[in-house]
Amino acid sequence: MTHYINKGNKAPKTGFGEGVLEAGWRNDNVIVLGADITTSVGLNLFKETYPQRFFSFGIAEQNCIGVAAGLALSDKIPVFSTYGVFAALRTTDQIRVSLCYNNLHSVIGGAHAGVSVGPDGATHQALEDIAVLRSLPNITILSPCDATQTKFAVIAAIEQLNSPVYIRFGREAVPDFTLETTKFDIGKAQELHSGNDLCIVATGNMVWEALQSAHQLKENGINARVLNIHTLKPLDEKAIIKAAVQTGAILTVEEHQVFGGLGSIIAEIVVQHHPVPMEFIGVMDCFGESGQPSELMQKYGLTSKHIEEKAIHLLKRKLT
Amino acid sequence: MTPSQLRIIADNIRIDIIKSLAAAGSGHLGGSLGLADVFTQLYFQTLKHRPAEPNWSDRDRVILSIGHVAPVLYATLAHSLYFPIEELLTLRKLNSRLQGHPSRETALPGVEVSSGSLGQGLSVAVGMTLAAQIDKMDYRIFCIMGDGELQEGSCWEAAMSASHYNMKQLIAIVDRNYCQIDGNTNDVMELEPLIDKWKAFGWNVIQCNGNDFDELGMAFTKAISSIKKPNVIIANTIMGKGVKSIEGNYHWHGKAPTLLEADNFIRQILSSQL
Ligand SMILES: [Mg+2]
Repeated sequence: MTHYINKGNKAPKTGFGEGVLEAGWRNDNVIVLGADITTSVGLNLFKETYPQRFFSFGIAEQNCIGVAAGLALSDKIPVFSTYGVFAALRTTDQIRVSLCYNNLHSVIGGAHAGVSVGPDGATHQALEDIAVLRSLPNITILSPCDATQTKFAVIAAIEQLNSPVYIRFGREAVPDFTLETTKFDIGKAQELHSGNDLCIVATGNMVWEALQSAHQLKENGINARVLNIHTLKPLDEKAIIKAAVQTGAILTVEEHQVFGGLGSIIAEIVVQHHPVPMEFIGVMDCFGESGQPSELMQKYGLTSKHIEEKAIHLLKRKLT
Repeated sequence: MTPSQLRIIADNIRIDIIKSLAAAGSGHLGGSLGLADVFTQLYFQTLKHRPAEPNWSDRDRVILSIGHVAPVLYATLAHSLYFPIEELLTLRKLNSRLQGHPSRETALPGVEVSSGSLGQGLSVAVGMTLAAQIDKMDYRIFCIMGDGELQEGSCWEAAMSASHYNMKQLIAIVDRNYCQIDGNTNDVMELEPLIDKWKAFGWNVIQCNGNDFDELGMAFTKAISSIKKPNVIIANTIMGKGVKSIEGNYHWHGKAPTLLEADNFIRQILSSQL
């Protein structure tokens, strides 16, 4: 099994921007819509390279989604990105009717995921985007784990799908550890660490934390499997059922509300097919707040240390 | 086609709207009847389209932002030979292609986009116009909106963007009947001064009697010859137009006639032709 190392911290938005640029270089039909925060979502790269295919629409997210639908109906591949709170929540009805009901190929980037947004505080920390969007038919939801994977996720969204896609990523520069050579398989869980004592199922930037906790657990003689769920919808149900059968204990880890988020997604499958003890790490039905990202991750229980403790607690439940 | 020929087609469309709604037992009669002349003008006079080839790439696009008046769209499409007129009687029924609000999922020929959640159609039309501009295509994009719908803020986001990008190929049509479900638009939420609002958003504003073919013809000709600005035709219509006993009555916004009422309404339309 590959031993993943941090190649250096990198903001996922950079990967997002690089991916859109690369897919846009290959396909003239890629059109980017801006909603005033083009640089903070990494799309300035595309804007500077292909100004004739970048269109500014101002602070008007609902309109952007409708415009994306109109473009997609005319054989374009629209890419629209803003902070997740606006991209997914202000526009939910537009996404539901104009994009999902019409089942139109379009890419929505939800930036600023989670409390690690930091000092901006609760209004700008997307914690409910997965919960809301996953209930919409036809949508694919991607939650890549680092900048490199975000790049390949958006390329896959543009080149492999023909339906609406939401890609979620955080603001902070985080460890960039996945390999350029790893293929991005939409809908496939990635096993990043092997083990049969329990399975840590993680998504987004929490995957790195999960890996660190697995290393720590291993030193204590506990073998934890780590699954990276970069596709939240459609879910790789087989990998989850297999993990339940083979490890007998599942811990989910996400920087999102557990209600409706990864915790719910995995529990729905586990209870139907092979019930085993489960624990959840994530935001527990509350809003975020201002602070430094690392302080917030600590306060909200989202570090490798928290994962490790919860894993030990879960293992005890499994064994009693 | 002459105005009197168009009027006969519009009356036949009205009769089929009434029949389909009576068969469905629910739906929006008032607005559908009021727009029959606008739709007739569009599909039988103005539009560049090929009913036998609904996906023809050069066709003009029609976005029905007010999806609830689907009956007038369906009846007009059927009369334009997009699909058989008999199919109109499946409106709102299980497994029908004629959903309560237009659905792209059912692949009904002539339906460009699913719609029905108000305030979204103009944005979709802006996106289609943008694509036409990028591709240097000269087809036009028509977006049919309601007056009550203009209370949705997203309409104005879309309006702002259309003039920002000089979308002269875009033609919005506002069904100005002063009616919405709760009553008169003046009481529910004032829209006036409506012309000034559109002008302030950078649009070319054309006003006409939306139930008069001479005026409709002139309005569309004007809209089509725009050199820079997006165009809005404020079509003053009468809800329930053609059926004297319900004209202007907002209670008929969201109602379907009983079979008995339908019979009576159809006779009112036929007798007005004499
Ligand atoms: Mg009205």
